[in-house]
Amino acid sequence: MNSYYEASARERLRLLLDPGTFHEFLPPSERVASPHLLQLDTPAAFDDGIIVGKGLLDGRAVLAAAQEGGFMGGAVGEVHGAKLVGLLERARDERPAAVLLLVESGGVRLHEANAGLIGVSEIMRAVLALRSAGVPVIVLDGGQFGCFGGMGIVARLCDAIVMSEEGRLGLSGPEVIETTCGVEEFDSRDRALVWRTVGGKHRYLLGEADALVADDAAAFRQAAIDLLDTKPDLSLEALTAEHERLGGRLERFGACRDALDIWSALGIAAPEKLPLLEADAFRAAVAGKRA
Amino acid sequence: MDAKTLLAKLFPAGSDVAFDGLFFHGTGESASGKVAIIGSVDAAPIGVELAFRMAADVLEIVREHPARPILLLVDTQGQRLSRRDELLGINGYMAHLAKCLQLARNRGHKIIGLVYSEAVSGGFLASSLLSDHCYALPESQVRVMNLPAMSRITKIPLERLEELSQSSPVFAPGVANYLKMGAIQALWEGDLAQRLAEALDAPTESDSRRQWGEQRDGRRLARAVSERVRHAEP
Amino acid sequence: MEKLIYEFDGGAPVKATQGPAIVGVVGSGNLEVLVEPENLGGRCVVEILTAARGFGDIWKAVLEDFFARHKLADLRISINDVGATPAVVSLRLDQAVESFLGGAS
Repeated sequence: MNSYYEASARERLRLLLDPGTFHEFLPPSERVASPHLLQLDTPAAFDDGIIVGKGLLDGRAVLAAAQEGGFMGGAVGEVHGAKLVGLLERARDERPAAVLLLVESGGVRLHEANAGLIGVSEIMRAVLALRSAGVPVIVLDGGQFGCFGGMGIVARLCDAIVMSEEGRLGLSGPEVIETTCGVEEFDSRDRALVWRTVGGKHRYLLGEADALVADDAAAFRQAAIDLLDTKPDLSLEALTAEHERLGGRLERFGACRDALDIWSALGIAAPEKLPLLEADAFRAAVAGKRA
Repeated sequence: MDAKTLLAKLFPAGSDVAFDGLFFHGTGESASGKVAIIGSVDAAPIGVELAFRMAADVLEIVREHPARPILLLVDTQGQRLSRRDELLGINGYMAHLAKCLQLARNRGHKIIGLVYSEAVSGGFLASSLLSDHCYALPESQVRVMNLPAMSRITKIPLERLEELSQSSPVFAPGVANYLKMGAIQALWEGDLAQRLAEALDAPTESDSRRQWGEQRDGRRLARAVSERVRHAEP
Repeated sequence: MEKLIYEFDGGAPVKATQGPAIVGVVGSGNLEVLVEPENLGGRCVVEILTAARGFGDIWKAVLEDFFARHKLADLRISINDVGATPAVVSLRLDQAVESFLGGAS
């Protein structure tokens, strides 16, 4: 078993795609690094923390991008964002079976904050344009830094999200909320609280993540294969249905103080036991109870 | 400028707008017909309810008023920071709003954003930055984060950030920086009704912000790098 | 940031047709190492950009040990460093060469 959580972005791509099929665009040898970091006397990476390219998944052509959390928390700068936008636009030309986004990001890179924010906005528009053109975008989220900030919005713009329990998904990270609003609002060092608020199991129970897998690259691969035939649907009917689901969530859970209250309201008998369960046992325990 | 003064200047022929807390919506009479208006006041933090409310309006406009232009007048200090918003999946509510606006775009609604007061970080991403044409008033404030906070987090001395911000539009707050980097198409001055009429008549193309950023010498890499990835061999 | 360049002579050419290889990550206490074949007149050139200033002597010693182990010619090694220890640097250099010779990239 290969831990997805522990692997680097390059290793994740190698483990996810069919062996030996990955071809990188603008590889490190092209040295398209961030000039803005160097200007602030901060080390830059040859790939600006994102690997983009093409390969095969179960024999089918896909485009894929992987963010490296070990470099600046996977944050989006000008080059990083532009590489992802270019890949999404390429997908409109090439029409692969899907685009895979191996997300791991704290959001906008502060050293180039304006370029990063605009870059995230361009990623959002490019994802929506690609889905409108009928190519599905599948998100994999199980890295050490989670998926936050603008990339948290991007992830929810896509067709499907695969998470492990270790994966985290949100907008403002627990540390940001604690720093701004105080430890009473969100204690970022309370790992159990963080995991049940933004972790994969809660996201799966709310219906935000489509698959919850073990922290195993092979499990992520299989889940991505199973989602390859997803058909993008941005019709009025589909968005009206999503609107009703999101409205229902506010009505049903809007007064809940904690994920445990939500899980309880979903009819799960012993919600406090859920964080302890392995992925298989967890899926069995919550079958038919997801929002 | 407050929202009511702004509406009077944008729509001298009249507008019918209802205010409800931090949210407002309605229609305005422009030179080229009715415009749907969705907005917020008082530097509203965008939380799950506000994003949901705005999405509801977009869906209603799509259903009831085919091809009617949509004007976003969102004043926001950013996303609402709370554990409850995260618990409920605030990023998904913002994404839903973005999808609803994409549906409108796909069905021929022109989407115009005007930053009239404040636009910050995630709140900006989930509102004006979703428009086809994003404009701003010259006195408006646009940023991700102020420089002292940025200095604390990046551990780069504040003096260095202040010094570099004199020559680089890349990280410092300021509407002029966002104009230079291509996120804001133009600043609106003078007759706002006239500016709106011009914007309503302008052709809407695909996302051109990288081209503008390059032409204005604010973002020198984004267009070229994205094109290289798009057209790389094989 | 400090830029350091070292050159080594007397190595043996490696098999041609190998593409570039990269290992490591530009994170605290870590580094990335990019290895590329290039006609350098038989030299091995190492170029380092490091966040930690003033460690030139240590880099030189670590690289001399590395070159003594591998004796490679016509190779460009490019490093982005965020204050990795000599042990981590040696490990990454060995991994990079192994990846390069193994043909994985």
